[in-house]
Amino acid sequence: MLALSNVDAGYGTFQALFDCTLEVKAGEAVAVIGPNGAGKTTLMRVISGLIPARGGRMDMEGRDLVATPPHRIVELGIAHVPEHRRLFPRMSVEDNLRMGAFVPSARAAYARRLDFVYDLFPRMKERRHQLAGTLSGGEQQMCAIGRALMSEPKLLLLDEPSAGLAPVIVQRIFELVRVIREQGLTVLIVEQNVQQVLRVVDRAYVLEAGSIRMSGSAEELAASDDIRRLYMGL
Amino acid sequence: MNGLVLPIVFAALLAVAALIGIPSYPLHIMIVILIWSFTYTGWSLMGRFGLVSLGHGAFMGLGAYATALLWNYAGMTPWLGIPIALALAALLAVIVGYPCFKFRITGHYFALVTLALTEVVRQTVIATRDHTGGSLGFTPTPKGNDETPGYIALQFEDKETWFLIVVFVWLVGLLIWRAVDRSMVRNALDAISEDEDSAAAAGINVTWEKLKITVLSAVMTAFGGAMYVQYQLFVAPDTVSGIGISLQIVFAVVAGGVFTQFGPTFGAIITLLLAEILRIYIGTDAVGLDNAIYGVALVLFIVFLPKGILGSIEDAVRRRIDRPERGKAATVSDL
Amino acid sequence: MGKIDTRVWLVVIAATLFACLAYVPAIIREGDLGFAVSDVFLYEAMINGLLLGGVLALLSLGLNLIFGVVDVVWICYAEIVMLGMYGIYYLHSVYGVPLLLAMPAGILLTALIGYAVHHLVIRHLLDSAPINQLLATGGLLFFFQSVATLAFGIDFRNLGVSLGSFPLTEDIYISWSRLAAFIVAAGCVIFLYLFLTRTFMGTAIRAISQDREIMTLMGAAQGRLYLISSAIGGGLAGLAACLLVLQYDVHPFVGLSFGPITFMICVLGGLGNMVGGFIAAFILSELIALGGYHFDLEWGYVFAFAFFIAMMFVRPEGIMGRRS
Repeated sequence: MLALSNVDAGYGTFQALFDCTLEVKAGEAVAVIGPNGAGKTTLMRVISGLIPARGGRMDMEGRDLVATPPHRIVELGIAHVPEHRRLFPRMSVEDNLRMGAFVPSARAAYARRLDFVYDLFPRMKERRHQLAGTLSGGEQQMCAIGRALMSEPKLLLLDEPSAGLAPVIVQRIFELVRVIREQGLTVLIVEQNVQQVLRVVDRAYVLEAGSIRMSGSAEELAASDDIRRLYMGL
Repeated sequence: MNGLVLPIVFAALLAVAALIGIPSYPLHIMIVILIWSFTYTGWSLMGRFGLVSLGHGAFMGLGAYATALLWNYAGMTPWLGIPIALALAALLAVIVGYPCFKFRITGHYFALVTLALTEVVRQTVIATRDHTGGSLGFTPTPKGNDETPGYIALQFEDKETWFLIVVFVWLVGLLIWRAVDRSMVRNALDAISEDEDSAAAAGINVTWEKLKITVLSAVMTAFGGAMYVQYQLFVAPDTVSGIGISLQIVFAVVAGGVFTQFGPTFGAIITLLLAEILRIYIGTDAVGLDNAIYGVALVLFIVFLPKGILGSIEDAVRRRIDRPERGKAATVSDL
Repeated sequence: MGKIDTRVWLVVIAATLFACLAYVPAIIREGDLGFAVSDVFLYEAMINGLLLGGVLALLSLGLNLIFGVVDVVWICYAEIVMLGMYGIYYLHSVYGVPLLLAMPAGILLTALIGYAVHHLVIRHLLDSAPINQLLATGGLLFFFQSVATLAFGIDFRNLGVSLGSFPLTEDIYISWSRLAAFIVAAGCVIFLYLFLTRTFMGTAIRAISQDREIMTLMGAAQGRLYLISSAIGGGLAGLAACLLVLQYDVHPFVGLSFGPITFMICVLGGLGNMVGGFIAAFILSELIALGGYHFDLEWGYVFAFAFFIAMMFVRPEGIMGRRS
């Protein structure tokens, strides 16, 4: 579904990604793990077009992402749940979801998508008139995921969904990832919480200092000594 | 080295030129350009550190009106009146600058607060029209024939005297610019304009450093205002205060170049010459044409040449000279 | 919740200041509270201040919309109003177009100018320092002013249409044009509020003012939303021009007389915050009116600007603003 080959990217004179190649097949859940500052968020932002790729190729179902302007990428079926959630804090939950359905195709299906999201997150329906900035951390994450789902994506990019949340809530967020997969979505997730994320994904890539160092199935990586020592503190 | 020698040689040449006799009209233009150059240099001391003030009309108006009012109503010689006016300008700069810097009002908020300040001065001048003549303007009393000598009234009939005075004043302005450029204050302010929080964390007293340069800049601008009224013997609120003058100051400096010693002077030369040339060759039909050109030029400068004409030329020259050492081209810096 | 408390306090302080400014000078002058309280001309000044506030609120509305969405302060906003006033004046007085047609044409003209300002200038400066953006629009201010001078000369022009006035009480007369301005301004505020909260496009405009990058992720072409907002902001300038041209003479420098106060209102209200701008417009207009009544119109402006500067130190984020 999504294929990156030899992608370079960065900010100004600083290069954050070197020669990254990765693939996500339809129906898969794939994680990108790695330490702070490894370029994980940059990777997500390159895919959704917020930063231009400086080299390499990116395709979504055979369509070139590099040449697509950022606001058109969502129309190709990619929805990005950004780091720190980035809701519109002074707008209601429902208005946030409405903005998730900005693209014409989703706008036409707005009522249906809204029902879908409210079914998935009944809590959001209860809070639909509340300002998004006043939600709890876990609720904000739900709202952010819900907003991304409004565009009826095929591929969901999740950037650090567990960051800043209490352990109990983190559990619930990873449960959500499983639920979303059951809906037939493909998921690419960036996480620092390696132990937990490897339980919900099929495969993972290890990103270090802007380069992909390792990849393998979730079980293989979870069993690897290096991964256990470096990322799980075991 | 050449930073110091060049202006002095230039000033000496100008002084000699005055003495060998230049016709009155070009001399007048040169005097006006030099007075404004001094004021612009004063503004650029703040502008180069990202402290973009739209309030310098306030200081200029204060300098001009305080000097002239003290002369007319208290009979005080400008030799005393100007220091008082400068002290008032410094006080005003502290009153507005201190809270601004203390509460971290920066960027366009700072510009808009200072814009309010210049409007306060303009409206105050108009409101006190019984003493200041309001929008119609104000004329310092002529010194009378022989009773008061010209050097006490600071009024001279001959343009040569004025020319020598303003050349000296302009030179002092450049030397102040240079002193600031070489001082510790500059390093501190550069750090502040780069990142205020890190500068504060590094132990720089942000408020104090900004206040120092603001007071210096305000005093220079007020002095420019005082020179203006003493030379022109006329002042009106719209010619020294208000949003128009404040923008004119900013424009000239941006056009010339904020970051170079001669930038403000160059800005004064091109803007004032443009106005004069249009006035002479096109005449009164072209009232406003100069400002239309300024306006478009200002937009173009900010879009394409944020370093100003002279700044960009200098940059290009420098790039050519030290190309081997410099890896990357100097980026267009934000003001 | 603490925030609301400070707002309540601010209202109390503002009301006290207001009462002092309204009555104390009269009490000092007449030595009699009773006289001050029953001074009809004082109330007339207050009502005029309220009506002026309506126009100022309308002026600040467009500027706030543009700032909220595009994050750029248009220093030349009042000059766009001035061009709108000339447009209406020329269409009506010179070419004999009926006023009710000339006015929409004026609004269309300023909407186009707003569009052009964004398309030709601001678009290229979106990543520049805020101060550069401000200065570029300052260049436009010069340009608009001098184009008006070149095209129309520096004479004061008057539409020559007077709507007259009507007596509110025996002594207080209210000018119809001022009342109309107030009503239209209030109507616009309500209309814009509904647009922003009830329509999809309005919600998108609010969203982009809260997080511009994320709106790109949602699939919004930033540039298009910016252009729409700039055109609406320009159109609001034209609407203000329609109301001002009935009350004031047009000349190339008319923008200077209400431009600065418009920025002050927007900043005082919290840049981009339309409700705050609305409140700030009435605070400043009452200061101007009362200062003008007790002293001189210019003193009214001095009070208003001084109040603005002082408020910036107390609440730099504006009365309704949020600290970022």
